[in-house]
Order: sequence, then C-alpha cells, then structure tokens
Amino acid sequence: MIEIKNVSKIYKTGEVAFEALRGVSFSIKDGEFVAIMGPSGSGKSTLMHILGALDTPTKGTYFLDGKDVSKFSDDALADIRRDKIGFVFQAFNLLPRTTVLRNVMLPLVYAEIDKETRKKRAEAALRAAGLDEEHFVHLSNQLSGGQIQRVAIARALVNDPTLILADEPTGNLDTKTGEIVLGTFQRLNVEHGRTIVLITHEHDVAEHAERIISIRDGEIVEDSRSHKRRIMHHHEIR
Amino acid sequence: MKFADLSEETYFALSANKVRSGLTMLGIVIGIGSVIAMVSIGQGAQGSITANIESLGSNLLIVRPGAQRGVGMQVSSGRGSAQTLTQDDATAIKGTVSGVAAIAPEVSGRYQIVGKGTNTNTSVTGTTPDYTSVRNMEVEEGSFITEQNIKSLSKVVVLGPTVRDDLFGENATNVVGQTLRIKGMEFKVVGITKSKGGSGFGSQDDMVFVPLTSAQKFLVGNEYLSTINIQAESSEIMTQIQADVTSLLLERHRISNPDLADFNVMNQSDIIASASSITDTLTMLLAAIAGISLLVGGIGIMNMMLTTVTERTREIGLRKAIGAKRKDINLQFLSEAIMLTFGGGIIGVLLGWLISFGFSYFNIIQTQMSGTSVVLAFGVSALIGIVFGYYPASRAANLNPIEALRYE
Repeated sequence: MIEIKNVSKIYKTGEVAFEALRGVSFSIKDGEFVAIMGPSGSGKSTLMHILGALDTPTKGTYFLDGKDVSKFSDDALADIRRDKIGFVFQAFNLLPRTTVLRNVMLPLVYAEIDKETRKKRAEAALRAAGLDEEHFVHLSNQLSGGQIQRVAIARALVNDPTLILADEPTGNLDTKTGEIVLGTFQRLNVEHGRTIVLITHEHDVAEHAERIISIRDGEIVEDSRSHKRRIMHHHEIR
Repeated sequence: MKFADLSEETYFALSANKVRSGLTMLGIVIGIGSVIAMVSIGQGAQGSITANIESLGSNLLIVRPGAQRGVGMQVSSGRGSAQTLTQDDATAIKGTVSGVAAIAPEVSGRYQIVGKGTNTNTSVTGTTPDYTSVRNMEVEEGSFITEQNIKSLSKVVVLGPTVRDDLFGENATNVVGQTLRIKGMEFKVVGITKSKGGSGFGSQDDMVFVPLTSAQKFLVGNEYLSTINIQAESSEIMTQIQADVTSLLLERHRISNPDLADFNVMNQSDIIASASSITDTLTMLLAAIAGISLLVGGIGIMNMMLTTVTERTREIGLRKAIGAKRKDINLQFLSEAIMLTFGGGIIGVLLGWLISFGFSYFNIIQTQMSGTSVVLAFGVSALIGIVFGYYPASRAANLNPIEALRYE
C-alpha cells in the first residue's frame, strides 16, 4: 500500500530554485499495475526516485506499508530499498562478466541471507521472470537484450518486494522484445499479484498497465483506468 | 554484508581485471620484497662483522703501546710499534686488577720462514699458553706452546693452517715433528691451529706462534711487548677492568695526565658497538630506499582504485539502489585495496626471502631473515591498503545513487 500526500520536490542550484514536483497526491493499492506517464522534464523521474526511496521529498509525506519514509536517513532508506522495493532500469545495470545467478542473488547478499536460500530464491525468481533454466549459469554479456531485462526483473523480484519500480524498462529494446517484457510484467501482476509501477513517456507502453497517472510540469493532469488496455497473451510472452 | 560475502565479492571484482590487478600488485611485491631483502642483507652484514670481532676472543680487552705525546706535539709514532709495555706490566695487571680471567702478552713481527725448498713471509707471534683461551684459538694437531717451552726458551713453533699449506702443501699430514727456519734459526713444529676462517691481510690462519721468551731473545732482541690481551671474567665488568688497567698502567708509567698515556686500552664491546652502529645506519639507509618503492607501489594502488571507482560508478549506483549502505560500499572497495596489498605483501615476502636466500647461497653475504621484518612487512602492506584505499573507497561510498545510476 502506497500513499503519496502533497509531495513537492525543490532542487536548488545556487540562487535558482526549480520545483520538479508541486504537491502530488495519489495512492496505489497492493496488486495494482500503474503506469506513470509524462514527457521528459515532467517530474516523473523525480517521482520515481521518491517512490523508490532513492530520494526524499522536500514537502509532503510518503507512506510505504504504513511507514512514513519521507524523513528517513540514508541508511534507513537503504534498508527500505533492500526490503520493499525492486528496481528495473532502462539500462538493465547487470554486473558485467558475472553469471545470471550471481546477478539475481546480489540483493540477498545485502539482506544477509544464507547462500543456499539465496540460490533457491534466485532460481524461483528467474523462473517467474520467464528465463529458461539453461541461461542461469551464463554470463550477463552472453544474453540478448530481452533475456537481460528478464534477469533484471528477476533481480527486482528476488527480495519479495512490496513494489516493483520499472523505469523505462523497454527503452533500450526493440518493439517486439519490449512487448514480451511488458507481458512479463502483466503476468507477474496477474499470476503473482505483484504491485508494479511503470514509468514511461510512451503512451503505447503505458497502456499495458491497468491505471495510468499522467504527469506534466510536476503536477498530475490525469489519473484514470487504461481506456484500451493491451493484454499480452501467454503464447505471445513465451 | 557478511564477511564471507565481502571476500567473495572482492575476489570476483579483482579477478574480473586480472592484468590490471596483477600489475598493481607487482608494485607492492617489489616494494615489500626489496624492504625484506635489504633489511636481511643489512642484518647479515652486521651479523658477520660482529661474528668476526667476536672470533678474536670473548670479553677481550687489548692493551697496545702508543708513543708518549708531549704537550703541543701533534705527531705520535705508530700505535703498536712503540716500546712502552713490558712483561712486568702484564704481570702487574694479572696480580692487581680483579676480574681478569686470563692474560696473554705477545710480541709480533713479520719474518721469512723457510721450509724444505719452500718459504713464506708471515706474522710470527711470541706468546704464552693462555693465548688459546684468550683469543678463542683451538689446536687441531699436536699441542700449543707450554709453560715449559717458555721457561726453557724452546725453539718450537705452532703453525696456522694457511702457513702449513704454504710450506708443506694443501692439508699436508705429518707436519708435526718437522723443522723449519725462522730468521735463520731452526724451529721444531709442535702443533697446527684450527682454521678460524677469514682471509686476506691479518687473517688469523696466516700466522705462526712461538714461545714469548724465545721470540724476545732470538727474534726481536728486546724485552718489550707489542700487545697485552686481557680476558675479563664477564662482559659486565669489562668497562671496570678497562678503567682499572688504565689507571694501573698510568701509575706504573708515572704519567699523571691520561691524555698523554703511552698505551691504549681497547674494549671489544666498544668495537662491536661502533661497528654495529655503522651497519645499523647502513640497514636504515637500504630500508629507506626500498621504502620509497613501497610508497610508489601504494600510490599505484590508489591510482587503480580511483580508476575502478570511476569505471564502476553505475555498479555502485545499482548496489546502492538494491540496498547497499554507505558502509557496505566503503568496506567493499577498502577490502579490494587491502586484498591487493596483502596479496602483494605475501608474494613480496617470498620474493625478498628468495633474494636474501640467493645472496647467502652464492656466498655474497650471509643474510639474516628476521621474523620481525616479515611481520612488519605484512603489517605495512595491510596499512598501505587502508591508507591508499581509504580515499577511493570513501569517494565510492559518498556517491549519490541517482547520479551514479545515470553516469555514462
């Protein structure tokens, strides 16, 4: 359960102050699939950083699972990210020349979970993300773009987070592969009940979610259900 | 982050770029290796010099004549050649100074010695039976000069091994009982001394011994002594004996101003101490030069770590995004630096040991590896890792995760 109330973010560079977010409020229930959509400079990245506990708002509150994390210290935020949030990035950000399994196990290293459990959970997450078992021992640079993004999704899943935050996850992929990755998110949402927030500037991509929050100049301009939602079918995902 | 995971992460990170890690480590290897090698060479030199001085005898004081120097006189005749010490002085020292274990007066000079068709020019020392104990001398074959020889002015001679080799051939046997001529007079060989090692001028193997009285009467022709060797009962009382002997001889020679003494009392431990202080300085100098290469190696580590942090900025951002704290990142990069320097330290100790072993093996100098220098080298290498890894690691830890993730 996520509750954002009157969140503002002001960046100061010298004398000039820039208000990236101006009093944004919304809430996301567990099991929702939400897209946050807006052009570049709209404040969606700032919102993503606050939702992902990478940054704190200048004003307003952010309740994640009933806890107000908007005033947390750096280390407390790191714990929140470790326990409650899974990130999927546009640039994948896998460790180079490292096996798929090690990449997926990495968040559990910081959670100080023992090795055997780590491996079991990583394998389960990879299966849930739809990666074939034969790729588990491959190095990250031996995979295709679509496979890499599935590894990244598995890494976001492995700590069993409250929220999966996907920042332009299809930005570096061709349309067909992008569709497959979006289908994976839909399946995780429907079959595993995962809460997913998708940040994008593309309307086509946003329409894979069930709810779209449109943001422009730091304010929410529209918050509605996806009108013509695109559902990926199982055979298309595989 | 658990310790086992930390070391695993560190290992993976370093082995991802083996050539770079290896080259950086090489700087530390050379630094530590040269420090170890230089210190062991310095200590070896010190050990061999001390051993050389100690082989003269233990707890030894040496009294030598020196010409009386008048007020305002700048020139004194050569030490050891002046004629101021007598057998009476030696007897007086033995009789009045307490703590003297043994005393061996001697006269010496160089003479031509002729064997059967062979001859050599060597140092002839006239002395008493106590000489063997005072100067740590052992007889290999036959016997040394006896009290009876002294009393009867016997023309007998004890040869050093080098002289035996020169006159009778390498390791010749049945030398005892043969005769040879010193200054035209026939002397009978009664013994051969054991080799003490050392070579060149002043070797203790290249000399012969005759009874003191015989030397004074037949060779030198006067009653003076060239040296009085005194052995103290223990090393603690040596300074006391040195002072007692000095005041006794001043009194006997009727000299009131100690600066004008016509003799000289040398203390063996003084000689060792001054030789040690020279080799200590030498060791320090060698270690300091080697230390510079260690410092350069450390800067190499820092350089590599800074490059690594820049290269892996996005990785740092990712690690922070998935829950790594500042402390975790700091530890990770610090442990990479420490593992590099510690690994380099281990190989460096092996290299240093190999070098010093080589020096000993090829008989260049007998080196001494000390445990302290090895422990110190390990400590220093780990410390270098911490010192030179600290700045890059804290730079990594302080990166803002958002900016780090965006870094191109």
